[in-house]
Amino acid sequence: MLNRFMQSRLRGLMVLALILIILPAFLGNPFHYELVIQMAIIAATVVGLNLLVGFAGQISLGHAGFFGLGAYFTGIATGTYGWSSVPALVVGAIAVGIIAWVVGRPILRLKGHYLSMATLAVGFIIAIILNNERAITGGPDGMPVPALDLFGWELSTFGQYSLFGLDISGVQAWYILVSVVLLLAVWFAQNLIESPIGRALRSVKGSEVAASVVGVDTAKYKSLVFVISAIYASIMGGLYAHFQGFITPAVASFEFSILFITMVVLGGMGSTLGVILGAVVLKLLPQVLADFQELETVMFGLILMLTMIFMPKGLLPTITAIVSKRMRKKAGGEA
Amino acid sequence: MLKTMMRRAGKCAVVAVAGLMMMSAQAAEPIKIGSFLSVTGPASFLGDPELKTLEMYVEKINEEGGVLGRPLELIHYDDVGNASSARNFASRLIRSDQVDIIVGGSTTGATMAAVPLMEQAQVPFISLAGAVVITTPVKKWVFKTPQSDRMAAERILADMKDRGITKIGLISGTDGFGSSGRTQTLEVAEQMGMEVVADETYSGSDTDMTAQLTNIRNTKGVEAVLNFGFGQGPAIVTRNYAQLGIELPFYQSHGVASDSFLELAGSAAEGLRLPASPLLVPDSLPEDDPQKDVVQNYKSEYEARWDAKVSTFGAYAYDGLMLAVRAIEEAGSTDPEAVREALENIEGYVGVTGEFNMSPDDHNGLTADSFRILEVQNGNWKLID
Amino acid sequence: MLAEFLQYLFTGITIGATYALIALGFTLIYNASHVINFAQGEFLMIGGMATVSLTAMGVPMVFAVVLAVILAGVLGIALQRFAIAPAKQADVVTLIIITIGASIFIRGIAQMVWGKQYHVMQNFSTNEPIQVFGAVLNSQSLWVLGVGAVMVVALVLFFTKTLIGKAILATSMNKEAARLVGIRTQMVLMLAFMVSALLGSVAGIVVAPITFTSYDIGIILGLKGFVAAAIGGLGSGVGAVVGGLTLGIVEAMTAGYISSDYKDAVAFSMILLVLFFMPRGLFGAKVVERV
Repeated sequence: MLNRFMQSRLRGLMVLALILIILPAFLGNPFHYELVIQMAIIAATVVGLNLLVGFAGQISLGHAGFFGLGAYFTGIATGTYGWSSVPALVVGAIAVGIIAWVVGRPILRLKGHYLSMATLAVGFIIAIILNNERAITGGPDGMPVPALDLFGWELSTFGQYSLFGLDISGVQAWYILVSVVLLLAVWFAQNLIESPIGRALRSVKGSEVAASVVGVDTAKYKSLVFVISAIYASIMGGLYAHFQGFITPAVASFEFSILFITMVVLGGMGSTLGVILGAVVLKLLPQVLADFQELETVMFGLILMLTMIFMPKGLLPTITAIVSKRMRKKAGGEA
Repeated sequence: MLKTMMRRAGKCAVVAVAGLMMMSAQAAEPIKIGSFLSVTGPASFLGDPELKTLEMYVEKINEEGGVLGRPLELIHYDDVGNASSARNFASRLIRSDQVDIIVGGSTTGATMAAVPLMEQAQVPFISLAGAVVITTPVKKWVFKTPQSDRMAAERILADMKDRGITKIGLISGTDGFGSSGRTQTLEVAEQMGMEVVADETYSGSDTDMTAQLTNIRNTKGVEAVLNFGFGQGPAIVTRNYAQLGIELPFYQSHGVASDSFLELAGSAAEGLRLPASPLLVPDSLPEDDPQKDVVQNYKSEYEARWDAKVSTFGAYAYDGLMLAVRAIEEAGSTDPEAVREALENIEGYVGVTGEFNMSPDDHNGLTADSFRILEVQNGNWKLID
Repeated sequence: MLAEFLQYLFTGITIGATYALIALGFTLIYNASHVINFAQGEFLMIGGMATVSLTAMGVPMVFAVVLAVILAGVLGIALQRFAIAPAKQADVVTLIIITIGASIFIRGIAQMVWGKQYHVMQNFSTNEPIQVFGAVLNSQSLWVLGVGAVMVVALVLFFTKTLIGKAILATSMNKEAARLVGIRTQMVLMLAFMVSALLGSVAGIVVAPITFTSYDIGIILGLKGFVAAAIGGLGSGVGAVVGGLTLGIVEAMTAGYISSDYKDAVAFSMILLVLFFMPRGLFGAKVVERV
């Protein structure tokens, strides 16, 4: 049984790794790379959010707040104070983790929609502060962020680098970096899910009362996973800021929070690969729909609605269910 | 003899045909003009007329034979007023569509998010957004057509000073436009020896600003009130101002310089002043004003084509497109560096917004004089200065 | 001093009454189906925009209002019938996403039909503001308050005196039991959405002369309505009214006395504070959790 679990866990990671290795063959120009890089950054964020929503069953409508805090911490530390990127990302993650812990303890006592409301409020407050503290954040017009430097390497999307004697462009270097980060994010999430903490979390999702009756300290585990998902968001926000080269308070906005939660639900709550698919679809859709102009908004809304009505479990779980049903049928027919 | 003539004629024909083929090959290769605008979303009142203007004049230029004998192709995306999608679409324009020049960026946030890309990719970029930070300090590849908010602040405060006002109450939006305008106003006021005694803000989605205005009214010494903002906010401020019965002189910024503002604010707008391009008062311009023709043409062409009121924001796109065309013609090619240099050296281009005189130190090319001070009288704009 | 306070109070109560009406719409749907309807704001928009465009076409104001309200009601039924009902087995958060999709869809259509500009609606009565102890009151504010009060009374009567209203109440308390006693719960759910849409559109119409109206006005007002409903306690009618008024007044007082920059932040902090001490809002029912 355990062996099988291990296998399925590794299988998901390997499928993802394989996709990431093959994908560059289909990327025609640097813009395609840019899109995929952003998808990977956002995907890693929702993998973290999924821990909270999909496994612990807690709905956050303010996650972009943590993403934005991470982005601005990195932007300000590297841009204004000349820090190097790695310490900025690490210290930012710690700071955001502490903030999440402080606000998380009281918030997570709340249930259902009240929890959503409280996370929404936290997200809003963060966005308002970023918008109003013009002297530090540049206000609503945003602030520039220097290129990522990794131990002395400055990683610009327009640069040229050589890796093991291979000439690669800036976007390719970024692609490799975020691929590794995404794999790490997934690996860590899957390990967490299979750990005792993960089991405790799932029991919280099943029934919080039952979990606490059998002695699971639900509050502790909920705060823990809240902090972890906030740290995911913070690090990814920092990378996003470096990659974009410019950030505005929109990175912490309510719309962005809604986008995150939509990615989780659309892709398939509780399925790590599913939420990555959700991120890819929702990031790709505006680019595809851009050609429809006036119809863009209508089509986006319609697609979102129809998908959720007909695939309430999310894209990936529905697809795998259909595929495995077909396969079983086929196997049955042959036998 | 006849034979040689025939042969010569034949040669000529061959050359002519070859020449024609080359021409048509060139004609088939369009000049790509890229654009990302806030066509929908909270800044759609900027992006919508901008896109309409670009579409209409690209069509018109193509009907008249294009630029350098090549047609123009407009590739445009809607950034919904979101800075990060602006950046992504700018990247798509540069890296995927490989456009020759970009005219776009409705808001300062969208523009500034795209600027690092433009600088690195070395693509000439003409922004349609207002804040002074876009071209100060000068960025090699970035130009802009609207007057900066700093000029607006200068023009407004100068007009106040002429009326003997030195203490002002300021109310501004917390969006990019209002916030940058607020900063500029505070700086300019200090330079001109004026004092901002009340400083209030409202957010773009607010539906009532009575509380903020009450605060300003109750501040001692306020002699005039200035509202820096765009969108529907200033119209609500104007209405609340009238409801509260505040009698002090009232100023708006160029952010509301359009006829739709008059519609929204109604009779409450009576007597307020603002800086604007002459587009709002084309008929009041003196005959010898160099802008008179271009302003009147733009207005009549736009209104005939779209059956909608013209706005100064669309005019930014008009000037942006015309500057781009002029630069490409002068450069004789679409070579980015040549176009950029041509842009930088444009002098005496009379546009709808004003007369542009670019230089290596000034990528905006306008002076504060291009703003006219208008006053609302009997529900209409009246040229004051 | 008093004038100042009164001025802030008037401002707060007017906008608060609007929030309250929106919050009531949330509450109604929440009670009947446990769905948080993020498309609630769009009913507001439909009400305002349809009225404006109908009057622009020459339809007399009264008919325009009636038609707009009917349009919103039909939309409410359609939303329940075509978007919520088919997904009844879905998770709560999935339903939320569906309503978000619906609101984007409705907004997209509105933008195509009515364009992106802001529109003016004339005050119902005079444009002359009313003077009260040195503070001024927009005559339209009285309309907002009056119509709001009438709606609340009508709702109370509807739930206590009519069979349909009682059926909705019964369904919200126990769906299975309601079905057993012969209530057609599907019908009741549709009704709840319709009444909620009617409420929203009426709010959108009375407030439009103050706020203007446009295709995207529903986003922020809808959100504020949700906030008001949560402060008051989801599912409580009294809570929705109190929550709405409180939110409006706190916003106006903060803008007046503290900082207009942080007006919204103070409102959101207040929610956190309320929820810390009363995890179910001010008037939320204490429900025994099912295991």
